[in-house]
Amino acid sequence: MPEIRNYTLNFGPQHPSAHGVLRLVLEMDGEVIERADPHIGLLHRGTEKLAEYKPYNQSIGYMDRLDYVSMMCNEHGYVRSIEKLLGVEAPERAQYIRTMFDEITRILNHLMWLGAHALDIGAMSVFLYCFREREDLLDCYEAVSGARMHATYYRPGGVHRDLPDRMPRYEGSSKWHSERSIAKRNQARDGSLLDFIEDFTDRFPGHVDEYETLLTDNRIWKQRTVDIGVVTPERARQLGFTGPMLRGSGIEWDLRKKQPYAAYHRVDFDIPVGVNGDCYDRYLVRMEEMRQSNRIIRQCVQWLRTNPGPVSIEDHKVVPPKRETMKGDMEALIHHFKLFTEGYCPPPGEVYAAVEAPKGEFGCYIVSDGANKPYRLKVRAPGFPHLAALDEMSRGHMLADVVSIIGTLDVVFGEIDR
Amino acid sequence: MVKHILTRNARVDALAAAIGGHFAEPGYELIDAFDELTLVAPAERLLDVASTLRDHADFRFEQLIDLCGVDYAAYGQSEWETEEASFTGFGRGVDRDLKVAVEDPRRFAVVVHLLSLAHNRRLRVRVHVGASQPMVDSLIPVWAAANWFEREAFDLYGILFRGHPDLRRILTDYGFVGHPFRKDFPLSGQVEMRYDPEQGRVVYEPVSIEPRVLVPRVIREDSRYLGTGKGTETTDA
Repeated sequence: MPEIRNYTLNFGPQHPSAHGVLRLVLEMDGEVIERADPHIGLLHRGTEKLAEYKPYNQSIGYMDRLDYVSMMCNEHGYVRSIEKLLGVEAPERAQYIRTMFDEITRILNHLMWLGAHALDIGAMSVFLYCFREREDLLDCYEAVSGARMHATYYRPGGVHRDLPDRMPRYEGSSKWHSERSIAKRNQARDGSLLDFIEDFTDRFPGHVDEYETLLTDNRIWKQRTVDIGVVTPERARQLGFTGPMLRGSGIEWDLRKKQPYAAYHRVDFDIPVGVNGDCYDRYLVRMEEMRQSNRIIRQCVQWLRTNPGPVSIEDHKVVPPKRETMKGDMEALIHHFKLFTEGYCPPPGEVYAAVEAPKGEFGCYIVSDGANKPYRLKVRAPGFPHLAALDEMSRGHMLADVVSIIGTLDVVFGEIDR
Repeated sequence: MVKHILTRNARVDALAAAIGGHFAEPGYELIDAFDELTLVAPAERLLDVASTLRDHADFRFEQLIDLCGVDYAAYGQSEWETEEASFTGFGRGVDRDLKVAVEDPRRFAVVVHLLSLAHNRRLRVRVHVGASQPMVDSLIPVWAAANWFEREAFDLYGILFRGHPDLRRILTDYGFVGHPFRKDFPLSGQVEMRYDPEQGRVVYEPVSIEPRVLVPRVIREDSRYLGTGKGTETTDA
């Protein structure tokens, strides 16, 4: 009889289902996982250390690059902790813009997650559908900030600028696109950004139905996700789960409801909660979250249409003055100069502010000693404790289930490795 | 729409009162700033404090949201003494050699952020440890989530956690030397690496980058830039 031994298997860091740069050392007994040991840090850039050497505002751009599929939510967490430290509050319109873009970001993130998760498990077409809708949302990012991903749009005291009156349009016919097809693509782009977003929200629930047709009752999808990676509510609390991972286990907890920020206490939405705490429940939770995000965006669009106003505070110790005033006004010029050469010095102390990012609780802990740079910045990334639980979640499962579990964790290494 | 939002007083003051009742002995300190509570506790009592905070009905902090290290060795130091700027010129006033208090007996801190789902409250617990042998009890028996956070604090600051089952480095490279987030560790690091075609392998060499300060670190004592300086009340400007 041949001797059967345990063996270790190296999964990643270049495996397509490793979602980036996860190196997973698996101890296997046949095809059953005995122990999973994730090796992380392959994308460690020392964001927190770098932030200690820069004035506060210069680190906003680093936040986009943490969780690089939910960019603006990271900015929101960082900007909110600075605002708390400074004791300023963004004007109402900025709060609604932030709420709207947070939800756009949530849809962006969940579409990326859904596409990649389905692709890992073997459903090719979902990925293509998801990226079709992501394209429109990235156009919104571009229209408002000039960048499709790394926006740096939220600033302490508001947002960088107001929503644009017109959407960029596709131009010129070529051998690939006829006049007619371009006119069709430009259909929704005749009006302002808000018109474009509203048109998107009209279409989007139908698209979610399409994804659900492909997956929700799909036999293979259910075989791969139902009863895989079950986490009980007690363990979810112990393991520091937040966001959809916590709600998938049946705990009703959402910072948008429980500790509302921005304009979340003024919009109407529901929080989906799972029952069994398996991969399938977490899938259902995230699908419903996309529908609810769509609902929030619609309410924000309605409010933003009827309520013009300032989008950032007028305190020029924190927010730079307008360029036109700078040309003629000496004081504005001095403010501008001081802000960009030195920055602002918040009072000494320590703050923690968190937002409900698509992946869970994203928080920033800032220790200030009164200097123009943070003394210590700690980014609380939601994916970090989630990935730490991979070992517990995958024990006793088969090798193929590890792929489902990595997918359901929704890990992005930009934020885990920081 | 949401009716159950507690005001600042109801949420923070109730917790402050409960903490005052449980942790009144000398050595404990409760800081109330920016609408947040920070409990500074003696390092040797950390495990007791943690289990009380998790299990007692007044607290019920079921979740450890975050655990991190902080190095206070250069706290409150600025690189640019503005009073002297007029004598030495604007750019030359930068003092690059911060006086890092390497041997400070309260140099490092372990900061824990807790969240109570039952009471909807947050609390920060901070313990200080000395520079010579920074060691605190591991919180894994109380909150399983502490595992990787403690590995991270060990990796970046060299803080040891007594009783941690697997205290390996987590974020830095295999074979990394030093603890990179300490204040006496330079931003550009100690070593750089390249492929050496002669030896046919990757070699490590001392860094060749000159450290430089683009924007000096400034602490403004005057209140022009500070607003009220307390931060507890919001200033609408």
